[in-house]
Amino acid sequence: MSTGRTTAAHRLRPLPAGPRGILIDCGTTAAARACYRSLQNRRMSGLLEAEDLVPGATTVLVDGVDEPELLAAELPGWPLAEEPEAAGEAVEIPVCYDGPDLEAVAALWGVSTDAVADIHSGIEYEAAFCGFSPGFAYLEGLPERYQVPRRESPRTKVPAGSVAIAGPYTGVYPRSSPGGWQLIATMTNPGRLWNEHREPAALLVPGTRVRFAAVRV
Amino acid sequence: MSHIEILRAGVLTTCQDAGRPGWGHLAVPPSGAADHPSWRLANQLAGNPTGACALETTLNGATVKAHRNVTVVVGGAPCAVTVDGRPESWGQPVKLQAGSVLDAGPAEVGVRSYLAFSGGLHPKSSLGSHSTCLLSGLGPAPLKDGDTIPLGPSLAHPPLPTQWPAPWAGIGEEIVMKLHLGPRLEWFRPEAVAELTRGVWTVSEHSNRIGLRLEGPELKRVNPGAELPSEGIAAGALQVPPNGQPILFGADHPTTGGYPVVGVVGPEARAAGAQARPGTRIRFVPIPMPHWSKRG
Repeated sequence: MSTGRTTAAHRLRPLPAGPRGILIDCGTTAAARACYRSLQNRRMSGLLEAEDLVPGATTVLVDGVDEPELLAAELPGWPLAEEPEAAGEAVEIPVCYDGPDLEAVAALWGVSTDAVADIHSGIEYEAAFCGFSPGFAYLEGLPERYQVPRRESPRTKVPAGSVAIAGPYTGVYPRSSPGGWQLIATMTNPGRLWNEHREPAALLVPGTRVRFAAVRV
Repeated sequence: MSHIEILRAGVLTTCQDAGRPGWGHLAVPPSGAADHPSWRLANQLAGNPTGACALETTLNGATVKAHRNVTVVVGGAPCAVTVDGRPESWGQPVKLQAGSVLDAGPAEVGVRSYLAFSGGLHPKSSLGSHSTCLLSGLGPAPLKDGDTIPLGPSLAHPPLPTQWPAPWAGIGEEIVMKLHLGPRLEWFRPEAVAELTRGVWTVSEHSNRIGLRLEGPELKRVNPGAELPSEGIAAGALQVPPNGQPILFGADHPTTGGYPVVGVVGPEARAAGAQARPGTRIRFVPIPMPHWSKRG
């Protein structure tokens, strides 16, 4: 299926996660992404039976496997397809850079608030994994110099559509919830993030490329 | 009208079926009946196909009114059952006439009783499941007094009373759980395994369908300041936050987390945990990591 080059997957480390689970420690985010794609392909072609494949930052959890020891034995010799970038357009998310932490982030970055908008919307991100709330994706791509800590005290209520950054990630809150990330912008139509009547229900599934587009109001 | 009406929702009554496993990659918790075996048995006794949606109560039961003739089985945590004030059987099919009121009283032991109606319940579904998820908000909201829930079609052959009462595993004041060590045992000090073997934890009152918070000996990390990049959480995971007091994740558990998981319990222990009241003592029998995890 893949025409990308393959590398020996000596970094894949299977760790037990209960009687029917394996947590595959892949070492890096790139390896985790390749491992997740590879597991998905195997599951689709019937080579792997698992209830759940859950990618993390540098891991993939394979849960609901009847004989985890068989999968574990296979992993060390597994070639990982380093597939070329997914074809197709990046998902564009229109946002207003009007978040309550915009000035604090500008200060941390040492730039103007307009420059925060330009920098944040000038990067193409990729959904590394989902977590926290259905429809919330951890978007990767912020260069290290723009990584900021979480707020010292989390907000008890962050409105749906808030665009936030923390550590290596940016993300959009799909529904109102508590949150500790720094809020820099607002998505104009957060209802797109999660729609149970759409397949897939999440707009941003692992592997999706994402761009933010600044809109002025 | 083919529905039931909630007259008294109690502390927390939710709709539960087999849940929505398989959507962890979209941050969707599996959800579903917390005490899966009791839910399944109640459905079987009610003559339902596997997977039917039932009510799951919490500690003080619930009261429902039938708006058509329907058979119901109250299972899970044992409790007094009455129909229009008359005592009826727990763990047996009970016939309700349209208009009659069934009360499942406070749990005598355990936490969660299941009310399985013949034909099943058909509230709102999300991603193919009728289960309420407290963490994600998917599925029907927790029930309130006055809510109505559609009933499925009447069964052609209503269930008959069984010869024996429903088996009930019974929950004592202490639960012993097999704990499969890993994935992140190495994040803990070497004495953690001995601590897990000897220690006794108590279920905190801040426990729910998301997880049981356990109070007891502190499980100490090798490097308390180290940060674990977010990773997938298996059902039944025993996660240890920085304060060293573990959380045993239940049906509505988060799909990823940034604190190390020291071990994972199997489905029997998850079911037992779902019936553990605050104050219940929990002990673990650690199962060593399998040989394949030690290679390389």
